[in-house]
Amino acid sequence: MNRRKFLMQSLAGSFTLGIAVQGNTLVARTVKSLAEPPDVDWSPNLFLSLASDGTLSIIAHRSEMGTGITTALPMILADEMEADWERVMVVQGDADARYGDQNTDGSRSIRQFYKRMRQVGALAKHMLIEAAALQWDVPASECIANHHTVVHTKSKRRFLEFGELAVHAAKLEAPKPSGLKLKDASERKYVGKDIPIRNMGAILDGSAEFGMDIRLPGMKFAVIARCPALGGIATKWDEAAALAVPGVMQVVKVPFASAPFEFNALGGIAVIADNTWAAIQGREKLNVQWEDGEHADFDSDKHHQELIGSAAKPGKIVRKNGELSDKVEAGGQRVTASYSLPHLAHASMETPCATARMTKEGAEIWMTTQAPQGAQGRIADALGLGAKQVTIHITLLGGGFGRKSKPDFGVEAALLAREVGAPIQVVWTREDDIQHDYYHAASAMHFEANLDAQGKPTSWLQRSAFTPIGYTFNPAAKQGGAGEMGQGFTDIAYELDNLQVESCDANTHLRVGWLRSVCNIFHAFGVGCFTDELAAAAEADPMLYLLERIGFPRHVDLQAMGVSYGNYGSSLEESPIDTGRLRRVIFKAAIMSNWQEEYPLLPLRGGIKRGLGIAVHRSFLGYVANVVEVEISKNGELSIPNVYVAVDCGLAIHPDRIKAQMEGAVVFGTSLARWGEITGKDGRVMQSNFHDYRVARNSDAPANIEVAIIENEELPTGVGEIGVPPFAPALLNAIFAATGKRIRSLPLKNHDLLS
Amino acid sequence: MVKLHVNGETRELPDLDPETPLLWVLRDHLGMTGTRFGCGKGLCGACTIHVDGTPTRACITPASVADGKKVTTIEGLEGRVADALRNAWSAGNVPQCGFCQGGQLMSAEHQLRSAPSASKEKRDGAMDGNICRCGTYTRIRKAMDQASADLGGE
Repeated sequence: MNRRKFLMQSLAGSFTLGIAVQGNTLVARTVKSLAEPPDVDWSPNLFLSLASDGTLSIIAHRSEMGTGITTALPMILADEMEADWERVMVVQGDADARYGDQNTDGSRSIRQFYKRMRQVGALAKHMLIEAAALQWDVPASECIANHHTVVHTKSKRRFLEFGELAVHAAKLEAPKPSGLKLKDASERKYVGKDIPIRNMGAILDGSAEFGMDIRLPGMKFAVIARCPALGGIATKWDEAAALAVPGVMQVVKVPFASAPFEFNALGGIAVIADNTWAAIQGREKLNVQWEDGEHADFDSDKHHQELIGSAAKPGKIVRKNGELSDKVEAGGQRVTASYSLPHLAHASMETPCATARMTKEGAEIWMTTQAPQGAQGRIADALGLGAKQVTIHITLLGGGFGRKSKPDFGVEAALLAREVGAPIQVVWTREDDIQHDYYHAASAMHFEANLDAQGKPTSWLQRSAFTPIGYTFNPAAKQGGAGEMGQGFTDIAYELDNLQVESCDANTHLRVGWLRSVCNIFHAFGVGCFTDELAAAAEADPMLYLLERIGFPRHVDLQAMGVSYGNYGSSLEESPIDTGRLRRVIFKAAIMSNWQEEYPLLPLRGGIKRGLGIAVHRSFLGYVANVVEVEISKNGELSIPNVYVAVDCGLAIHPDRIKAQMEGAVVFGTSLARWGEITGKDGRVMQSNFHDYRVARNSDAPANIEVAIIENEELPTGVGEIGVPPFAPALLNAIFAATGKRIRSLPLKNHDLLS
Repeated sequence: MVKLHVNGETRELPDLDPETPLLWVLRDHLGMTGTRFGCGKGLCGACTIHVDGTPTRACITPASVADGKKVTTIEGLEGRVADALRNAWSAGNVPQCGFCQGGQLMSAEHQLRSAPSASKEKRDGAMDGNICRCGTYTRIRKAMDQASADLGGE
């Protein structure tokens, strides 16, 4: 059910809670109408509504792109409320600032909303118990809620269903949510259980509605020719030829953007047609002549060399412990290495797509978006409207990975709907998606370490140069801020007396944006591979060597060291960098893979080369270790028979979806490590579709992915992104174990694994 | 005039350019959106349908090719094999975002129907034309094993 239907439902006889989030506290009231005008101190922003037939509607205010979040969050509420999940209806919320943050990225949904959903559930339960107690004229303390029913425990003979209580609960005043006792771990009904995802049936019969499936009366379809080099403009195009294609109705120029590109429409020549195919055909006939802008000379080979050169030189020091030294002590050695990774495209299965129409009030947009409020603001700005005049409906997302946090395509649809005077669906073809993405950063890292005679690092320097996301918002940006550097680099959790972390410059020629796991991808790669190189130099077992670097269980307090570090928006008191948890996932993955027996033996077995590799990483507050097993055939073909994943994500809300995210992360990691590469020449992205931007197919995926979740009661961490970072370094370390060959740049397709 | 028999219903498309790919005929002309657009080049399998029972990439197949033929989409996929697959997909919690899964099921159904006793390797290989960016492949394989077993295969 969508929010519109939900809002139109009669609330007569139902119990509806409006909950306002004011700072860190919740304020709740019963409401008679969801259309109740917000007053100064009362602006409810999270609803649940219990109908007299017992149906419980819960608003999901986050976007569903496959993580299961629109199942998991309502499930937490239902559990705390003692509601029956079978009678829960999840309603997708629209963009609405009153929900609080809706930006479904940064692996935030569970970690930010776990407690809030519980409080709301506890509140509703409390009020239903109160209502029952009043009906029976007994103390509320003698009543409990269980399975959608309130029971009088003393008599054991009195029961009232939640639905029967709705009308009575609606008359009560809501108490302060913060004062309510939450359930004990032993009382959990759904949290920690594998509840089927709510849209399973619709996915399997094809009725699931993604952004591209929106159909409005009178709707037209648009595709846009955008300049192949960032920042260029069209000087000439053949409108008549496009209009000659049957079905094409109009050719419209969308104003060209210049830096900073932010989330603005890139601009281009749009072809409007009565079906998508005609629009695509019409675009091919446009024969646009482009005048390239300042990035016309972008060449990724040169850019790559530039990045490596930048990381080879001193940069800005962002963390320093002790003093670096060039001197190698007797029996010791010095190890240096540089690593690099190219730009990546998101390539979610559903390309960006938005449908817009102008209304009396303003504009209405249906979007496959991770950032509904961001889209609302950008579209309002582009149309010269207020945010409240722009309604954003969130559809299901056919994958997101961060691309759909950028609402540029929604702006395009809105501008065209206004210009054409009809509802418009802007469809991005796969070529549009691959060639006009907000790309994952291209990066280079440089490491220098001195080892003593025992192989322990006595001096450790690491530098990182990458195209910063900041470029998209400020063309002068040359470096990532504390946030990006803090994704696996400044927060290195090794015991190192003499450590220096530096940030180096990079020039940027493409729109850069966050992609699943963001800078953790390359930072985990550099740190994970370099650690393995040091282990080899020290002739040590890489798993044990990694444990030694992490050292004893402790909290790494970067703030106390004076390091600027954001900790993914959480406090270090609440969510410290806990090396004990890093150790635990390493131990677990080592046990799962039978590391200590298998690691020394694997390379010797059979005619094919085999190897095990390990890496560990903390990101988005979660901890993941991977052990990857590889086989390399006589002609150098790589296969991955086994991947062992140990994850500590705090309390596991939905174990099956956590496992699914870890499995998916391994496949995502396989794609980026083996084939992921966006290159550029003459300012143009050279890839265009899945034939030249290859992603893993069924038989490319590891044969077996085993996932173990460390059971604990810590605060839930992020899950969607934490699985990706350790995979590529563990894979490369396994390839070294199998072949003795160090590969220091991705993707693997550019390397011969044997020679 | 192109005439299609889509999921048991005859659909006449008098004004259609017969070169229009079936994908857009289904999605834009007939309003059947379960068949997904993923690449437009026959590379990803999201648009997989059956034409006279044979898996076909709707995004690169002109409507004229299917003239007078039986077209089956995910909305109309039925039968013993389809039921076994949907049950196994559901029991194994296969989908993540779900966008590619219709195409996956169309390929899987043909595979189990046309070669019920194929080896596991053959079966998995037959799924290589369907990309899943969420990475549900290991679960797809397990669900196919399950469905195959439920159907009395190996």
